[in-house]
Amino acid sequence: MSDPRLHYRAPLLRTPFHPRIAEANVLNQWGAWAGYTTALALQDEEMEYTAIRNGASLYDLCPMVKYRIMGPQAAEYLGRLTLRDVVRQPVGTVRYTAWCDDAGKVLDDGTLFRLAEAEFMLCCQERHLPWLLDAASGFDVAIAEITEAVAALSLQGPCSASVLRAAGLDVSALKPFAVTRQEFAGTTLTLSRTGFTGDLGYELWLAPEAALPLWDGLMAAGAPWGIRPIGSNALNLARIEAGFIIANADFVPAEQALREDRPRSPFEIGLDWMIDWQKGHFNGRRALLAERDGQTSRWALVALDIEGNVPAEGALLYHGKTREVGHITAAAWSPATKRNVALASLRRPWDRTAADDLWAEVYALRELHYVKLMLRARITERPFFAPARRRATPPEDF
Amino acid sequence: MPSSDAIVIGGGPNGLAAAARLAASGRRVTLCEAGAVAGGGAVTAEFAPGYRVSGLAHLLGHLDARVIAGMELERHGLAFAATGLATTAVSATGDHLRLEGAAGARLTGRIAPEDVLAWDRLRSRLMAFAAALAPMRAMAPPRLARGAANEMLRLARVGLGLRRLGRDEFREFLRMILINVADVAEDELSDDRLGGLLAFDATLGAWLGPRSPNSLILYLDRLAGGMAGQQAALALPKGGMGTVAAAMARGAEAKGVVLRTGARVARILVEDGRALGVALADGEEIRADLVVSAIGPKATLAGLVGPRHLDTGFLRQTAAIRARGGAAKLHLALTGLPDFRGADPKTRLVIAPSVNAVEAAFNPVKYGEVPDRPVMEAILPSAHEDGFAPGGHHVLSAIVQFAPHAPKDGADQARALMLERSLAVLEDHAPGLGALIAHAEMLMPQDIAARHGMVGGAWHHADLAVEQMLFLRPFAAVAQYRTPVAGLWLGGAGCHPGGHVSGAAGWNAAGAILAEGGR
Repeated sequence: MSDPRLHYRAPLLRTPFHPRIAEANVLNQWGAWAGYTTALALQDEEMEYTAIRNGASLYDLCPMVKYRIMGPQAAEYLGRLTLRDVVRQPVGTVRYTAWCDDAGKVLDDGTLFRLAEAEFMLCCQERHLPWLLDAASGFDVAIAEITEAVAALSLQGPCSASVLRAAGLDVSALKPFAVTRQEFAGTTLTLSRTGFTGDLGYELWLAPEAALPLWDGLMAAGAPWGIRPIGSNALNLARIEAGFIIANADFVPAEQALREDRPRSPFEIGLDWMIDWQKGHFNGRRALLAERDGQTSRWALVALDIEGNVPAEGALLYHGKTREVGHITAAAWSPATKRNVALASLRRPWDRTAADDLWAEVYALRELHYVKLMLRARITERPFFAPARRRATPPEDF
Repeated sequence: MPSSDAIVIGGGPNGLAAAARLAASGRRVTLCEAGAVAGGGAVTAEFAPGYRVSGLAHLLGHLDARVIAGMELERHGLAFAATGLATTAVSATGDHLRLEGAAGARLTGRIAPEDVLAWDRLRSRLMAFAAALAPMRAMAPPRLARGAANEMLRLARVGLGLRRLGRDEFREFLRMILINVADVAEDELSDDRLGGLLAFDATLGAWLGPRSPNSLILYLDRLAGGMAGQQAALALPKGGMGTVAAAMARGAEAKGVVLRTGARVARILVEDGRALGVALADGEEIRADLVVSAIGPKATLAGLVGPRHLDTGFLRQTAAIRARGGAAKLHLALTGLPDFRGADPKTRLVIAPSVNAVEAAFNPVKYGEVPDRPVMEAILPSAHEDGFAPGGHHVLSAIVQFAPHAPKDGADQARALMLERSLAVLEDHAPGLGALIAHAEMLMPQDIAARHGMVGGAWHHADLAVEQMLFLRPFAAVAQYRTPVAGLWLGGAGCHPGGHVSGAAGWNAAGAILAEGGR
């Protein structure tokens, strides 16, 4: 198309949905995500959040990094790469997963789609092709990055199933974490009941050429339910309520960490439930086994309920107001639960012993003047918000 | 019920040493050697009807004293045709320089008195450095980690040895430890023959030229060896290297090692992260809780264990082990004794006229080419004792450097060219030698790889160079002989302190295993 040497003239790429999003982005708030220009908020952040929780929302997922893994040993390979058992993952399902380096520190988390017996798609936050290729030594697999070849759109909200039905896509039988293929306007869509909101929702994967017709079709079909394009800020609020973590927000991927104490093991970010110890060797197993048996985990991911209504973003956590025991990685006032919630990385054993005397040091900016608040924090259950509708099959008709 | 307590893979000097030490501790040890006889790089072979020669290594400079004593090698047949072998820096004009004693304790020949003084000063300094470092060869490399269970007492001894050099010499040590040998030769020596010899001996068996960074440390490693109780001395084994191998095999068997030749290991059996034994190429499985591999680290880990049992970062490091052979081996069957213009045929004959000559011989191999004027070390074992050639005939064994391990014009062409050019160099130094040749054999690095299994034909299984030494040999994660697969240990030349016919790595590995209680 253009001379690749001139790439610096457009330091951020545009996604296939960009024309529509640019039109809708009346606030003109943009942010960079994995090399793409993406909207932070389009018209009204609160209304966008409300669309996620009360209607239907459209979010451009194209910058999500995607890999296709194919071949007769793809399942074995992915079992060796990631923490979970992949050989027994049924075709047509999606699994939330994570993978580690040799030291058992998390490189990234993501979703693994089994599209066929020998075809998978792995979606994640960061780029890992060299690692994926090196891990494939000895396996009959072909691995390709397909981030640019696949456009992705997230339709989330209690009315999302109704919107799809109105657009001619029947998802009534699609269970959570299931994936299917359907025809839409002459192209084949991959449709999964997945999302990053903790609500009823779907993700649609398609060829970039089909992106705009899909967008237009869903916007038209969704009009009666108040469908609305959303930006990353509204999604971030929803994901905090859902208790989901993000690489480079709630943990530093081990490959990027420079400081010795920054990488986190699955035990340290609440992902240890994924580990399948029975499936044979997987990357990091020896280190994780030693960590499990030696009880040497140093951190714990906890959900916090913080007094008041000032979001405690980035706050340091103290035991007895004096001893620093951790820090908050994500925080928000949760409209759905009417609670001041946070996710935090807490030094062990304070996740158990400091429960009654944990404090967040919050600097609240009030008219150009920071006010230091010591707010009581209580360890609570994750997720903060988990409506039954996210699981109901067939989905309720809103 | 496992059929053995321990299995050792590879019957070279290190495998034999490791097996013997483990067996001596009361374990039932099976040693699997792919070849028809044990010995690895220590072999006496007939290369032409009636002519025999040490097939790869041809001099002893590092055979570990602990191995000689622990395996009672002298009782089992180790004997020397010569110890404290002298070296002749051979000149094309007959203006030879003879170096007597270990690493040239005395010089004879036409040489200026100030050059003798300079040599003595440099030699004694380097000998002192090497002596301070030598204890390192006999221990597992230290780990650079908090709480690492290092052999602190031995480390302290090394530290003390370095302190004993005195402040000024310690400073010199720090200045020189990572320097290249060409700079040292040019700083300290003005005699080309001595410079050439120093440069040759430092780079012998390495993939380095004298001007490559850190080449001096390999010379120190050479000086840290020694034979018959004499530091840095060289010895010629009676009957060739095969005698050494046979003595080691007998020594191992006397300790109870079951030596199985023709037993090529195809796979190391691993289950749940633990080595359970080995599977041979013919399908037979031998079970043991302890497996020690004395073959190359890359072949062991990426090949016999396989990538599925190893972590990705670990495999990356395994793949990054550098193993490039730069030495070729030349065997000549001669109908008479060649005359190197009067040089003593019972000495080690080194043809390396200057530092630049060695550097110039290294340059082409970087591009996969054969040097115009190879440099070499030749010995005539038949000049010392009978049994190598028919009466009145002789054999010449030479290590010729540098040979491309990946020749760009194809193996056969490179071999022919290497032979032609080596013979031309020999003819210049020993006129008439060409007419004496009844048979010639040139083993290029790839031939050595095919015959002895060493990746790239590299002497040490992994390049011996600063970045692959000590706690970095072959790479940090396995430098203490232990692998991440429980029960699997490395004990070959790819481990500290490297190759040569030594047994030190195998002996050290067995020591590390015994210190761990044998698992």
